[in-house]
Amino acid sequence: MVTGSQPVVHARALTCPNCGGNVELRGFAHTRSAVCIQCLSILDASTPEVTILQRFDERTRVQPLIPLGKRGKIRNTLYEVIGFQVRTVTIDGTDYSWHEYLLFNPYEGFRYLTVYNGHWNDVRTLPEVPLFTTAGGRKAVVHRGITFRHFQTALATTTFVMGEFPWQVRTGEQVQTEDFIAPPLMLSAETTEDEVTWSRSEYIEGAAVWQAFQLPGAPPPAQGVFANQPAPQTSGGSLWGVFFKFFLIWLALLAGLRFLSQNKQVYDSALQLANGQQVITGTFDLPGRTSNAAIEIRTEGSGYYHLGLVNQGTGRAIEFARNVGAQDTVIVPNVAAGRYYLRIDPEIDAGRKFMGRISVRRDVPQTFWIWLALPFLLIPPVLESMRGGNFEARRWQESDYAQ
Amino acid sequence: MTAQNALCPGCGAPLSFLWSSAVQTACPYCHAIIVRHDVDLEKIGTVADLPPDASPIQLRTEGIFENRAFVVVGRIAYAWEQGRWNEWHIVFNDGRSGWLSDAQAEYAVSFLVDQPGTLPEPGAIRRGQAFALHGAEYFATTLTRARYEGFEGDLPFTTQDHSTMLFADLRTSDGRFGTIDYSETPPLLYLGRAVGFEELSMKGLREFEGW
Repeated sequence: MVTGSQPVVHARALTCPNCGGNVELRGFAHTRSAVCIQCLSILDASTPEVTILQRFDERTRVQPLIPLGKRGKIRNTLYEVIGFQVRTVTIDGTDYSWHEYLLFNPYEGFRYLTVYNGHWNDVRTLPEVPLFTTAGGRKAVVHRGITFRHFQTALATTTFVMGEFPWQVRTGEQVQTEDFIAPPLMLSAETTEDEVTWSRSEYIEGAAVWQAFQLPGAPPPAQGVFANQPAPQTSGGSLWGVFFKFFLIWLALLAGLRFLSQNKQVYDSALQLANGQQVITGTFDLPGRTSNAAIEIRTEGSGYYHLGLVNQGTGRAIEFARNVGAQDTVIVPNVAAGRYYLRIDPEIDAGRKFMGRISVRRDVPQTFWIWLALPFLLIPPVLESMRGGNFEARRWQESDYAQ
Repeated sequence: MTAQNALCPGCGAPLSFLWSSAVQTACPYCHAIIVRHDVDLEKIGTVADLPPDASPIQLRTEGIFENRAFVVVGRIAYAWEQGRWNEWHIVFNDGRSGWLSDAQAEYAVSFLVDQPGTLPEPGAIRRGQAFALHGAEYFATTLTRARYEGFEGDLPFTTQDHSTMLFADLRTSDGRFGTIDYSETPPLLYLGRAVGFEELSMKGLREFEGW
């Protein structure tokens, strides 16, 4: 048969021309280069006569967290880890390295898992070209309606490779990377002389990777804040939602209290006020259950007033005093139903005399405590937003826009 | 689709065309490249063995694209400096034919455009260049100089007379996909879109050892 399409595709292996070691291939004919892990030679697997592309230093050897050949389900598709590389950027003289796992499924193709300081990302190449724009005066890209803000531009160098790759991998090879973020997503452009490749990363928890690949133990803890790490509790949104619910309950309480209160005027009368002259008002009924009575005093001149709310039946008085400039309201709590009058002893400047007015309302709604509760309700969401702001500050501290 | 039976002008073996409008096919027995002129078949050479390939697709694989069933009737294997890819010739129930490209298991379906309008000259096209085609803004993402590595099955044209060809891959922000094929003058334009493997619901795929 002419056809290269045999119905069953067989796995193959190479013999390392340097050390004679066996190099097992998992990527079938996709594999263009493979690493002999015994002698750290990169082999050209694209032609029948295997040649050495490069040899690299034993000192750079890194042990991957997920072993090559391990299979795990990512987004319901089974993948096998076939390649591993370490890539390094140098920023202000400091090297930062991350690990990339190349995953392969013969039908679905290639996928990547990256990890930096315990922060994992699930990465696929993008069949689309994002459009450049600006956001807040900075470079940004738009992809499928989402704006991604520019985070960092760097030169990434491949510093260690293991396994196999569908391209000719080399240590020391450099690409320019540009990252744009919309947590938990990130778009990255890798630019070489020949092409620009866009990929889309989605932040995933290390625990999810451990579960997918059934790895022993626990994933290394994530350190710091990563570029596209979602802010805890979705950045202030959640507690504001809780606040809003509490606020509705608060409003209902306020309305209910107003609705349930009688708030009924039971007495209103003008009176003559003069120093040392006691005034006794007419009597009035305070009806209903035991509740408050609000006594409002309006005067045309200021003075100090001793007041007594006197129960006509028992003769018992509730005494209080007030300095009144022009108007004041005294709410007397827990007044039993009954017939009452007011006794007023004014202390005003000698010789002065003016008109006043006194009115009494039964069972007024007392909303002071409810109003007092409102700022307390605000504390959790405000704190959360402040923490969120701090989280964002730590995120951008790692970017090209660090202060 | 009708399977037309004819005899190979090279070895006399029976040829079964998968597609009635095939212009070129390969004899699976003697490797003859056969070009059809109306009813006559002419052997114009022999095809080399295709190198080992890891595409899950093969001749007679069936699938569905945008609610229309297709079957794979042919393949052109292309090679370039950094790798190779396949253009699978697919034919739909209504006889319309298109291409399912498979580059390292990244898939796209595209169709030849009858009236491509004015396309950049091969020497003038640049990577990153944007141009409007059929109501969308396309960007030239990759320029690839490729050669035929081989073919199998039925093709709508003949692959003779080409050593290397320039291809420009075009993409948009919303997943459309296109190729300008500079193997002819004026160049050919194919437009379509990127597709996910699952989306095509393919049957009759190859199996992979261990999977």
